[in-house]
Amino acid sequence: MNNNDKTLVKLDGLSKQYTRGKITVEVLDGLHLSVDRGDFLALMGPSGSGKSTLLNLIGGLDQPTSGSIEIAGQRVDNLSASELASWRATHIGFVFQFYNLLPVLTAHRNIELPLLLTHLSRKQRKQHVEAVLEIVGLADRAHHRPAELSGGEQQRVAIARAVVSDATLLVCDEPTGDLDRDTADEILELLGLLNRDHDKTVIMVTHDPKAAEHASHTLHLDKGTLVTGEELA
Amino acid sequence: MKYLILLWAGLARRKVRTTLTLLSVIVAFLLFGTLRSVVDAFNIGVEIAGADRLITSGKYSIIELLPISYLNRIESIEGVESITHQTWFGGTYKDPTNFFPRWPVDIDRHLTVFPELIVPPEVVQAFKRNRQAAIAGRDLAEQYGWKVGDRIPIIADIWPQARGGAWEFDLIGTFDTTLEGSPTLEFWMNYDYFDEARAFAQGLVGWFTVKVAKGTEAQDVARNIDAMFANSSNETKTSTEKQFTLSFAKQMGDIGLIMTGILAAVFFTIVLLTGNTMAQSIRERVPELAVLKTLGYTNGGVLALVIAESTLLTAVGGAIGLGLSTLLVTTMGDALASFVPGITNSVQNIALGFAVAVLLGLVVGFVPALRAMRLRIVDAMRG
Ligand SMILES: Nc1ncnc2c1ncn2[C@@H]1O[C@H](COP(=O)(O)OP(=O)(O)O)[C@@H](O)[C@H]1O
Ligand SMILES: [Mg+2]
Repeated sequence: MNNNDKTLVKLDGLSKQYTRGKITVEVLDGLHLSVDRGDFLALMGPSGSGKSTLLNLIGGLDQPTSGSIEIAGQRVDNLSASELASWRATHIGFVFQFYNLLPVLTAHRNIELPLLLTHLSRKQRKQHVEAVLEIVGLADRAHHRPAELSGGEQQRVAIARAVVSDATLLVCDEPTGDLDRDTADEILELLGLLNRDHDKTVIMVTHDPKAAEHASHTLHLDKGTLVTGEELA
Repeated sequence: MKYLILLWAGLARRKVRTTLTLLSVIVAFLLFGTLRSVVDAFNIGVEIAGADRLITSGKYSIIELLPISYLNRIESIEGVESITHQTWFGGTYKDPTNFFPRWPVDIDRHLTVFPELIVPPEVVQAFKRNRQAAIAGRDLAEQYGWKVGDRIPIIADIWPQARGGAWEFDLIGTFDTTLEGSPTLEFWMNYDYFDEARAFAQGLVGWFTVKVAKGTEAQDVARNIDAMFANSSNETKTSTEKQFTLSFAKQMGDIGLIMTGILAAVFFTIVLLTGNTMAQSIRERVPELAVLKTLGYTNGGVLALVIAESTLLTAVGGAIGLGLSTLLVTTMGDALASFVPGITNSVQNIALGFAVAVLLGLVVGFVPALRAMRLRIVDAMRG
């Protein structure tokens, strides 16, 4: 590995344009970023500044117009769609503002979904699911369906689903955007716990300065490039 | 197998809609199984009629009677191996709904022309000894619970007795057939007794059934028979047994065509209905499907998932519908045995039906599955 072992995410000259008809929107413009293992990074910036776009690129949901993305020493910007899919399954956990749980399935079954893609036995899958249910504090809600859970509980299920296959990198796009203050704090504490005690590197997009306080540091996205809090001020 | 939970998650999401769609698939395959069984039953009649037999009837109508003296004359024609005659006896056994064909027969000739019908020699002997003897098909005897020695009364309609009153016959045995899937539902009595006892038309019969010698062209024999009686007072028309049965079936309308039409309409509707259900279901589940992709499910995997979902739906509906049709056909078969003998839901029918159900699922699932496959996570998440 020619990379520093400490670096998990390394973005170099990353650009992303969207073209709609004759109009080309430059969302990211030659962006550099390096995130160490064990970081809890908050990404802030005005609406439409490209936070989700950046997160989607890091998470392998989209491909850049130019520049490189290296995660854990592996280039992912040139992987095919199906290579990206299996890469995501093992390396990335996603948490979105909306939980998008399958309404028919219990919390347990929802969390099990990523494990169906692995070779784990039924019994091993059960053990993994029970372990993460414990971590997110929903051991007693395993057999409840999404409709029987509060928003905060549903988001915990979504977080459990994101970490059950033991991805190192957790990318969260406004994970508390749909929750009240207290519930949001609980979710942020859970993310902090995963970061501190379970070796998850977390990159979180948020609007909310109080949410950003839970992170180890904060970056602002402005006009397609990243600036630190001090530079902005 | 572990992915079944995902199929369930898709189908159970809207239970009412899925149930209604399932019901319509069930009804379609219930119709499929039942109608095809009926069509088959008619075709069996046509297929089991060997091409080596000809039927000589009156030229203008099958109800025209012919002199029995024609029998010897036809028999003398080259290429005629054997011949017998048949006459529609009609009548009523107890109740008009107890319908089964009754034939006054010349037993030796009958068994020669119809070698597929099996009667033990001692029964043939007993039949010849007793003028009022009758032989029933085994299935017929079972249907009415007749035993050898029973006296069977038949109320006359076409053929009253000269002395009046009901006909009475002594059941002296049963016959079987070597043909599979063709129930034995006929009732035979002595032609000699029938001819003497009937009130009128002595010496006249309904038609002749001619067995053509091997290596002879049936069409030539038919032409020679009709030529022999041309310009006589009783001209004849000779056709193959197959054509004869077909003309019977034709009188009931072109059943096969009607049924095919009905099925086509039903399936057209089903394709639209289930197709719409699947399309709607995928539209509603866009964010969920996108999440599956973020979790590492591939585009191909999501395609397979949606197709499997629609195929499961139609296969389960098809299986239930075909099962119900088998039940219905079995029940109906007993009731209709005399009109449409041998009506069963064949294994081929059920297999074909199931194949159609699976194909239906694949076709109907294809377009929504493509849509799900092409779904881009980034767009789906932006709402
Ligand atoms: N798929 C897309 N097609 C066209 N434009 C897009 C697409 N995704 C994002 N954009 C545009 O890129 C810009 C950044 O969007 P986004 O990353 O969602 O911002 P943020 O998450 O910071 O609010 C916006 O102007 C948005 O309209
Ligand atoms: Mg956003």
